[in-house]
Amino acid sequence: MDSILDIARWQFGIITVYHFLFVPLTIGLTALVAFMETLWLRTKNPEWLRLTKFFAKLMLINFAIGVVTGIVQEFQFGMNWSDYSRFVGDVFGAPLAVEALLAFFLESTFLGLWIFGWDKLPRRLHCACMWIVHFGTLVSSWFILAANSWMQHPVGYIYNPETGRAELTDFWAVMFNKVQLATFPHVILAAYMTGAAFVLGVSAWLYVSKRHQTDRSTYRMGIRLGAWVVLIAGLGVTISGDYQGKIMTDVQPMKMAAAEALYDTEDSCAPFSIFTIGTPDGQSEKFAVTVPCLLSFLATGHFDGKVEGINDLRAQYQEKFGQDPGARYYDPSGNYSPIIPVTYWSFRYMIGFGMAAAFLSALILFLTRKGRAPTTKWFGRMAIAAPILMLLGNSAGWIFTEMGRQPWVVFGLMNTSNGVSPGVSTTEAWISLISLTVLYGVLAVVEVGLILRFSKRGLDPFEEPPDPTLGGSDDDRPLAFAY
Amino acid sequence: MEFTTVWFILIAVLWIGYFCLEGFDFGVGMLLPVLARDDRERRLMINTIGPVWDGNEVWLLTAGGATFAAFPEWYATLFSGFYLPLLLILLALIVRGLAFEYRHQRPEAAWHSWWDRAIVVGSYVPAFLWGVAFANIVRGVPIDETKDFTGTIFTLLNPVGLLGGLVTLFLFLIHGAMFVALKTDGDIRHRARVLSAKLGLVAAVVAVVFLVWAQLHTGDAWSAVLFGVAAVALVGGIAAAYVGREGWGFIGTFVCIVLAVAGLFVALFPDVMPSTTDPAFSLTTTNASATAYTLKVMTWVAVIFMPLVLLYQSWTYWIFRKRISVHHISDHHEPEPVS
Ligand code: HDD
Ligand code: HEM
Ligand code: HEM
Repeated sequence: MDSILDIARWQFGIITVYHFLFVPLTIGLTALVAFMETLWLRTKNPEWLRLTKFFAKLMLINFAIGVVTGIVQEFQFGMNWSDYSRFVGDVFGAPLAVEALLAFFLESTFLGLWIFGWDKLPRRLHCACMWIVHFGTLVSSWFILAANSWMQHPVGYIYNPETGRAELTDFWAVMFNKVQLATFPHVILAAYMTGAAFVLGVSAWLYVSKRHQTDRSTYRMGIRLGAWVVLIAGLGVTISGDYQGKIMTDVQPMKMAAAEALYDTEDSCAPFSIFTIGTPDGQSEKFAVTVPCLLSFLATGHFDGKVEGINDLRAQYQEKFGQDPGARYYDPSGNYSPIIPVTYWSFRYMIGFGMAAAFLSALILFLTRKGRAPTTKWFGRMAIAAPILMLLGNSAGWIFTEMGRQPWVVFGLMNTSNGVSPGVSTTEAWISLISLTVLYGVLAVVEVGLILRFSKRGLDPFEEPPDPTLGGSDDDRPLAFAY
Repeated sequence: MEFTTVWFILIAVLWIGYFCLEGFDFGVGMLLPVLARDDRERRLMINTIGPVWDGNEVWLLTAGGATFAAFPEWYATLFSGFYLPLLLILLALIVRGLAFEYRHQRPEAAWHSWWDRAIVVGSYVPAFLWGVAFANIVRGVPIDETKDFTGTIFTLLNPVGLLGGLVTLFLFLIHGAMFVALKTDGDIRHRARVLSAKLGLVAAVVAVVFLVWAQLHTGDAWSAVLFGVAAVALVGGIAAAYVGREGWGFIGTFVCIVLAVAGLFVALFPDVMPSTTDPAFSLTTTNASATAYTLKVMTWVAVIFMPLVLLYQSWTYWIFRKRISVHHISDHHEPEPVS
């Protein structure tokens, strides 16, 4: 690994997947915490407030890392990918800027108000702050996913040969890219699954612990709420994912073929592979276990639909993109396909892990039906697998999406190798890769340590929060919350 | 007015907002070991910025994003060229941001002192390096005909760059001290005010020397006026702190930062990154900009949402307007889990 390209790619992959471990938890948990606080205000049941405070604490520990790793995201396009930035900045910069202005200000300001505002804001307003934070995460996701969808399927631009760059012609086309319309619900629903799986897992783990016996009924509320949300969101993820697959077959057929390791075009009834081994040169398959016709259905919606294979697509791409070695989209290797084992397995891991989490939740709902609840240790251990499965599933989904787009950084427009910064030395890139990776590793240990510590501690006793609207505000009273 | 000029101004506004707001956050962080005598006072200082530091940092993210969108070439050249300083800033901002959120999560003194170090180092590094970066932008750096930076890290560590670093460092130190004096009560309020007046002398000297250099280097009549008023505001602010008026002192440093940064942008215009290799290779508001269409869309978004952001950010400052003192900080530290 001695080229700046490889280093920059490893850095991008590590940094972004890391950021996206915290992002879905934040999106999901802000919604659930806001929901719990609303339930407390509505039902006046103090147990909902205890759950609110408990999960908010865990959410905040997680949110902090999401914020600081996001700062790196914002700047690494310029640092490592300056030619990419020059080429797409006119189109791609706008969503990033709008995201900061519309979303990040909202999230950070209202989260500050929520954390420190227990004794300063009327209760409904306090609760509204968390809903606003959640809304901010959705706005943030909308714009960043629009930017990413444009890389998958560029729309609303023209290529200007004079300036040598892609130039925006229709902002709304970028905002409502058909890939974006499929991706946004998929990612957000997967994030709800993740947050809910976390609530489910932690609640169940505490539920079976002897030390927390007195609070069992409260943890049960967390288990049931979490499991229901995982299941419902999981259904949405499946539906949106299926839709996404059809869009993908339309705009990036190579990615679908690579997801399936389908080497030769199937004119109808393409089988869905459960397990395939290809030859090392990536040209053909050696061994496969398959479900008949299912791939045709996933890709086209008909069991007899035609699905193009890697070899035919490669020939088409060589024809279309391989004629002009000077062009930005030209692939010097002439291969025009992603690394098949990576796309193939990441696609399966995404679906497999996510569906396993949904299955677990269904099982847990069944086991806890009508007041029943097993209190053996394995129940807690099983439940704690749900959030871990979700995190793995999310990462696999992104690795699939992004690796499946290769060799292009912007599909059909710019080869990834043409995007890196020409002026950055390999020494600089190494320093950056190593220092960020080491720091992130240390932070992961710290964060997991804190999450475990506060999870183990369990719910705090109920304490009526101060209500500033009741008057009698005492200026000498200690702050309701202080760092 | 040209859209490119509008966006040059808006980006200047974003950087000004960033330096005014996160400037005092950095100051508070740097002064942590100087002003606070015990753990409770350290917590007091951290809590003066607790609810707002993240919102202040978003000014930087918006400035970065807006530069990407409005002047992609500037974004690309600047961030790939100033690679290592920027990386250091990022590492510093990471540990510093986490320190605010994680410091209070465990009771052990060793845990606190580690995060305190993260806050101090994480505040000194960007406070100094932002100055180095801006001084170099104004001074000019080697840029070739493909708009790429051709220097190294040592190109940036020239005397002017280092002086610029000292200017932001000292300005943020006194800005932070004034902020602590303004937001706290009791003994520490007094100490912060006295310290800001003392450090003010050094800050005034380095700032004036730097502004005179900038004026002679690229200034025009407008920048001269801005720099002049900035210097007056700074001296006035220090004098106010000296006679015990920390409110006016804070306004003084605030106005000084606004006008000094504004003056630097005025002096820079219409360049955004002058080239020392050949003036023809300089990045300007026109040859580094996005298309008129993109700028128009962005202008609409900014016109609608900037006022809204200002409104709710001001509202937070209003909600948390009360001075706090050590007796507002409860002893309560997170207890050990019973296991
Ligand atoms: C699907 C959603 C999503 C995706 C794909 C990304 N992020 Fe993110 N990001 C969020 C959703 C999010 C969030 C949930 O909104 C976060 C987590 C914590 C926070 O403050 O907002 C966030 C934080 C966050 C922050 C810090 C905001 C703050 O200080 O408050 C920045 C600068 C970015 N992100 C930038 C990026 C960039 C440049 C990405 C692309 C490479 C990216 N994010 C991927
Ligand atoms: C947050 C979820 C995301 C994850 C987990 C993710 C992950 C990845 C991965 C694994 C790669 C492939 C690395 C490689 O091929 O070597 C990649 C490439 C890339 N992604 Fe994403 N990505 C995410 C979102 C985005 C978004 C939202 C954008 C744009 C706004 C983006 C921009 C890029 C770019 C520019 C590359 C090219 C660099 C490269 O090939 O390594 N990614 N990403
Ligand atoms: C049957 C279920 C699922 C199907 C059919 C499915 C399908 C897809 C497809 C086709 C893509 C690629 C889209 C593209 O390249 O443009 C994708 C991406 C992704 N999937 Fe899924 N998925 C499923 C389940 C899940 C689950 C359970 C999760 C969460 C754990 C998940 C998380 C993701 C993520 C994070 C991405 C990357 C972001 C994106 O571009 O959408 N998926 N999925």
